[in-house]
Amino acid sequence: MLTTITVNGEARSLDLDPRTTLLDALREHLLLTGTKKGCDHGQCGACTVLVNGVRINACLSLAVAHDGDEVTTIEGLGTPEHLHPMQQAFLTHDAYQCGYCTPGQICSAVGMLREVEAGLPSHATRDVRADAVLDGEEIRERMSGNICRCSAYPQIVAAIAAVAEAES
Amino acid sequence: MRPFTYERATDLGQAVREASQTPGARFLAGGTNLLDLMKLEIERPQHLIDVSRLPLAGVEDADGGLRIGAMATNSQVAGDRRVREHYPVLTQAIVSGASGQLRNKATTGGNLLQRTRCPYFYDTTKPCNKRTPGAGCAALEGVSRETAILGASTACIAVHPSDMAVALVALGADVETQTPAGDTRRFPLMELHRLPGETPHIETHLIPGELITAVVLPPPPPGGQIYRKARDRASYATAHASIAIAGGQVALGGLAHKPWRAVTAEAALAAGASPTEAMTAELADASVGELNAFKVPLTTRLFAAAVQEISGEAA
Ligand SMILES: Cc1cc2nc3c(=O)[nH]c(=O)nc-3n(C[C@H](O)[C@H](O)[C@H](O)COP(=O)(O)OP(=O)(O)OC[C@H]3O[C@@H](n4cnc5c(N)ncnc54)[C@H](O)[C@@H]3O)c2cc1C
Ligand code: SF4
Ligand code: FES
Ligand code: FES
Repeated sequence: MLTTITVNGEARSLDLDPRTTLLDALREHLLLTGTKKGCDHGQCGACTVLVNGVRINACLSLAVAHDGDEVTTIEGLGTPEHLHPMQQAFLTHDAYQCGYCTPGQICSAVGMLREVEAGLPSHATRDVRADAVLDGEEIRERMSGNICRCSAYPQIVAAIAAVAEAES
Repeated sequence: MRPFTYERATDLGQAVREASQTPGARFLAGGTNLLDLMKLEIERPQHLIDVSRLPLAGVEDADGGLRIGAMATNSQVAGDRRVREHYPVLTQAIVSGASGQLRNKATTGGNLLQRTRCPYFYDTTKPCNKRTPGAGCAALEGVSRETAILGASTACIAVHPSDMAVALVALGADVETQTPAGDTRRFPLMELHRLPGETPHIETHLIPGELITAVVLPPPPPGGQIYRKARDRASYATAHASIAIAGGQVALGGLAHKPWRAVTAEAALAAGASPTEAMTAELADASVGELNAFKVPLTTRLFAAAVQEISGEAA
């Protein structure tokens, strides 16, 4: 099935079996292997990408359903020469060990900060009528969809908090 | 995954007609439940009708309440100003479920119709009456705490995992649908899901090809609202038990094959019983085994804590 997805700013046309997930289209067809496959069932967050600016699990989404969408992967956030502030913060704060969950963590964190900016409450927000204040508890709750098997959580939270503070 | 054909629906009437006429057709909304199950070949649709881009994603004011389009995402509904202000129990319930990424994709209709997360439903090497009617139920003799204590049958003891639906039942929401014949139906959400009985594979009262188009909230009930959920992890896990309170209305999650409206507890509370007495009365007929007996005291305490929190808020 002919499908056109704008990936990291470039329109890419693919002829896909409808069974192809967005994750497999990115990794196997476009050879963008930055996005990782952990569980393939929505349970780990390693496959997190931004679709039209919103973070989702690429493993639980059909590529053909994204015809016309704009997808940003870790490769599109920044380059080794020009890192995205979130990529730089993960380096500065040593927010990984093996690095397998890292692209998903970074894409998720970028999407998450936009959600906070838009006023979306979380399970850690005591009064959902008021706008959330992004403290450590809020970051941990909002990032709970990204599992880190190496348990770099304290550094991940510190990296995200640093970017949030620099942005505000 | 088994092969299937895919189409993106652009017209509501056509979508429901095709769903009822094409063999093995299913609606695809966010896909976060259906694709998960298709990968395991527990779901084997031959044709997917992608309804996610139908113009049914709005949240509109309606008769003093709100009309939430079936394609509105869970995040969109949880973040809606009017929902946060007037139906906080709904926001609280939604954000207590799944993860940020999943809620961005999951839709209102898909959330209501998500299937059970019973471990034996997911384990295709074990018998399950939901997967194969008449095969038997591995959970009955199995090792799982994720089982029902209310309304279960000897054919199935699975629970409905939705958090959102529990809040909607407490709020007295209606469901609006489009039938394959082109008619619009509206009925209480409480009547959407069925108890398992002898046919646990039939989970709702929808007719084949019928599409949920909206959930309609009545004006907010007077009184406090709260959602409380108990689970194994602090986040990203389904409920052992959950409670939604909206004014005098109470619903329970994680305990039955459907979101459970606790009418006995409501009546007892209204008559002056303590929260503990009221929930004890509600759960008097609970059928428990060794592994899920903890749900009775857990639910009772959760309810007492929730009522206390609301009264504290009001004071
Ligand atoms: C790891 C994980 C953890 C989770 N944890 C939780 C949790 O804690 N709490 C919770 O509540 N949920 C949880 N979920 C479930 C999640 O909320 C559901 O997957 C989601 O809400 C389903 O919505 P969807 O739009 O993606 O549905 P889909 O997967 O697209 O559809 C689900 C079903 O509904 C049908 N359908 C969809 N829309 C309509 C419609 N409008 N009319 C008729 N039929 C329709 C489809 O045909 C399909 O059968 C979890 C999921 C995962 C993967
Ligand atoms: S409890 Fe229901 S879903 Fe679980 S194995 Fe038994 S029949 Fe299947
Ligand atoms: S690979 Fe998608 S959530 Fe694990
Ligand atoms: S750094 Fe190894 S899984 Fe997170």
